[in-house]
Amino acid sequence: MAHFTKPAEGSWTEHFGIGTDPVSYEDSITPEHYELERDAIFRRAWLNVGRVEQLPKVGSYFTRELDAARTSVVVVRDRDEKLRAFHNMCRHRGNKLVWNDYPGEETSGMCRQFQCKYHGWRYGLDGELTFVQQESEFFDLDKSEFGLAPVQCDVWEGFVFVNLDRANTTPLREYLGELAWGIEGYPFHLMTQVHKFRAEVGSNWKLFIDAFMEFYHAPVLHAKQSVDDESRKLQAIGYEALAYGIDGPHSMVSSWGGMAPPKDLNMVKPIERVLRSGLFGVWDAPDIGLSELPPGLNPARHPAWGEDSFLFFPNFMILVWKPNWYLTYHYWPTSYNTHIFEGTLYFVPPKNAYERLQQELAAVTFKEYALQDGNTLEATQSMLESRAVTTFPLNDQEIALRHLHATARQWVADYRSSGGASSPSRISAVS
Amino acid sequence: MAVLPAAFSDLEPFADWALPGEGARYDKRLASTMDELQAFYDAAFPRLTDGVEYLKGVALDGISDEDTHLLWLFSSLVTVAFPVEVWRQPRVPDSGAAAMYAVVEPTV
Repeated sequence: MAHFTKPAEGSWTEHFGIGTDPVSYEDSITPEHYELERDAIFRRAWLNVGRVEQLPKVGSYFTRELDAARTSVVVVRDRDEKLRAFHNMCRHRGNKLVWNDYPGEETSGMCRQFQCKYHGWRYGLDGELTFVQQESEFFDLDKSEFGLAPVQCDVWEGFVFVNLDRANTTPLREYLGELAWGIEGYPFHLMTQVHKFRAEVGSNWKLFIDAFMEFYHAPVLHAKQSVDDESRKLQAIGYEALAYGIDGPHSMVSSWGGMAPPKDLNMVKPIERVLRSGLFGVWDAPDIGLSELPPGLNPARHPAWGEDSFLFFPNFMILVWKPNWYLTYHYWPTSYNTHIFEGTLYFVPPKNAYERLQQELAAVTFKEYALQDGNTLEATQSMLESRAVTTFPLNDQEIALRHLHATARQWVADYRSSGGASSPSRISAVS
Repeated sequence: MAVLPAAFSDLEPFADWALPGEGARYDKRLASTMDELQAFYDAAFPRLTDGVEYLKGVALDGISDEDTHLLWLFSSLVTVAFPVEVWRQPRVPDSGAAAMYAVVEPTV
């Protein structure tokens, strides 16, 4: 018995016309497919690499290791306060330009210019080569031709994106599409209190997105997180979403969430009762000056709304929660069956130490759930790789998963049929 | 020497839970027996309601060392509440060897 209305076609999946057949997960277990995804997806799509708050001043920078896209980028606020991104690579002999101690680890900071550790070449914040050690030893070196290799960089609602495809002509906002436009104006910029978690996960990157784009699993996998009576009740009822959305390669799921605060205090753990906080966030929502949600949040305008999850292809999720906070997820592939997961919670800064403690409870609760999710993925990956079974029935709640895998396969197919033509950003020494 | 505010001096025997950072608090939980977690919980949880009222009056800007320690101690209580209240084991069930690290968190 459905509790929430479905589209006239009888299901969300049929409504969006993306097929209802069982799905192959070959795209998640094949090394060759992953190698193609690196060029077809990660060197072509707009990738979120951070927030503008990470680059508060002229000279603020951070690096991102984009193993899937076979590069590292440095993002910096230049002297005109504009954000720029570059391949993190010295133009002399290719040394990684910005790193501390361990070349593979990300770093951040403030600087007036970038200086290569190897031979001391220096670059301005605009990427121009400004100094060459013993310049007269070189042969007709024109410094203006040896600036850092630029990467397209743009900002949407404070989220910083890069695109490694030099031939890309799709602006960021157009790429993100209607689902993003629908949440513009949400005051992300007020939520600057950050808790970020990182995990190395033994599964294909898409499998963790799968886990976070459906809640069909929640009453079962996370049963042991709840007090017993509540757990039994949740499992008996199961789960249904309020609405789903698909636009281009992107998708969203809109969820109910009556737990912040819960209808009945006996539904939650004693610590949650005292601190008025939990998985769904701090119950006492801070004022964010919003009289009405942007149209893309709680699109069904349902009174039981609790949270919306947006997947911006390929690997960036934003979760906006009713009590005025948000989460982001990133999934950075490191091989066909491993990836790095990042979960970042953003709160309005606490006004006092009690509010700080409330946020701590929400943050560590998130971590405990994610640990269960992440561990389950290794169990899934290993059995998928057995190929003992090769197609899997996805239900209507798993519409975003169906769309994600189909989209990834499609991007790879398009790339193949184009002969890998629009080759991503490479720069020749002197063209 | 006391590390907590005077009003919470009864929790001094558990001052070793006043640890900075989610990672350190979580590690101490995993390194503890259920009896140890229960003992800390049984002492600290009944003081949480008073702690809430106290911490409401504590601004984070210029927070004193004693108040910082109290905030950390109750943050540890948050960390141990999961195993004590629900799981009866230090690790979340079905998480195997999975690990997740706090790489950015507030300074206090």
